[in-house]
Amino acid sequence: MSKTTLGRLVLVVVVLGVAGGLVLFYLSGPNRLSQETVAALPEGDAARGERVFWAAGCTSCHARPGAEGDAILELAGGLELKTPFGTFVAPNISSDQQDGIGGWSAGDFANAMLRGVAPDGSHYYPAFPYASYARMRPADIADLYAFMRTLPAVPGAAPGHVLGFPFTIRRGLGLWKRLYLDPEPVIALGPDADDKTRAGRYLVEGPGHCGECHTPRAFTGGSKTNEWLAGAAAAEGDGIVPNITAGEGGLSWSAGDIAYYLESGFTPDFDTVGGAMVAVQKNMARLPAEDREAIAAYLKAVPPRPNGYPARD
Amino acid sequence: MKRLFVAGALLAVTASLSFAGAVEDRQAVMKSMGKALGPLAAIAKGENAFDAGVVEQNLTALNEAAQKLDVAALFPEGSTTGETEALPAIWENMADFQERADKLKADVAEVASAVPADQAGVQAALGKIGQNCGGCHENYRMKKN
Repeated sequence: MSKTTLGRLVLVVVVLGVAGGLVLFYLSGPNRLSQETVAALPEGDAARGERVFWAAGCTSCHARPGAEGDAILELAGGLELKTPFGTFVAPNISSDQQDGIGGWSAGDFANAMLRGVAPDGSHYYPAFPYASYARMRPADIADLYAFMRTLPAVPGAAPGHVLGFPFTIRRGLGLWKRLYLDPEPVIALGPDADDKTRAGRYLVEGPGHCGECHTPRAFTGGSKTNEWLAGAAAAEGDGIVPNITAGEGGLSWSAGDIAYYLESGFTPDFDTVGGAMVAVQKNMARLPAEDREAIAAYLKAVPPRPNGYPARD
Repeated sequence: MKRLFVAGALLAVTASLSFAGAVEDRQAVMKSMGKALGPLAAIAKGENAFDAGVVEQNLTALNEAAQKLDVAALFPEGSTTGETEALPAIWENMADFQERADKLKADVAEVASAVPADQAGVQAALGKIGQNCGGCHENYRMKKN
């Protein structure tokens, strides 16, 4: 190989490398909502937003760990989520101007919820379940924004995440979002599906973010939508999160059983809710009965799958 | 030395045997509470009509089962082996665990002493009792399958 050929080859490699880098840089950038979408956000209604707040389970992660009673409305953050990627710490999302999100516009809030993008343009980690919230209606986001502004301002920032390389590179999440951020419904419902089932799909797949724990994840951390709600190894510890489809090992409960469980915490065989689901069930109990019935109707309509986690002996 | 080893082994065997007993006993207590809850919930849900006799009978059974929840006897330290979903967190937070068990007993006893007179009363009673179930199972039990 002559010197000039080698030189050309090096040049080509460098140019390709730079071009590839630029493409990756472009692809990994923040994909914010359009200005039109932000401008079209309606004025939120705090009373309606409270219903969204319980459906979306914000307090389960963002209240101080162990908070009970009215303290669950103080969204100071601090809860640790120990995952294979590292330890995520829920941030302060109270209405505090400095340490919370009190200084955010409705557009900032909508970009966080629907696109996982912070006001400064950086990506949030999907421990914040925006892959589900991305399916929410902008009007619900506006209502939730209005409600959260009525909650107490709590000073004090939560500690940062403790992650290992390469998960420390937030920019890479832009690529992850290209794979996993999709506002479309996961489960296609036929034209004969009733309004209740559709409402349940919205609640489960969107604000309720049930799939975040009940659907197994690929090694990338993305939900395996072909095993939707089939149950999964728990993100923390070595327990499992149950299969809530009607497949083998899954739920054999009636719609009434499911709705009653979400209301009371009692299973049909009089075991009770446990683990992380306790906080979820408490939130669900605050919803109107029609929402729990809708969730139940949707779960009965989800395609049955065998357990999404390995069997134990 | 050999004798010591045998003694140690025997001790270990007895210990695990007694744990097996504790695990079985506590599961039996939980199951009998569940059994008593069934007919109560059927009334709360409206599946069955309110029946004062059924309510009283099952609240009595529930209370009897709940009062058997002797933490020291049923949850000896280290009884996390075998077929149990009890988490080590129980023994790391024994004071809290004990407090929660005491509160469950007190709440069930209170409900059983003033038997509800209608469906709404049963719903309220189950709400009060159910908080205790979830409160403990949230941190101290892990689903394994």
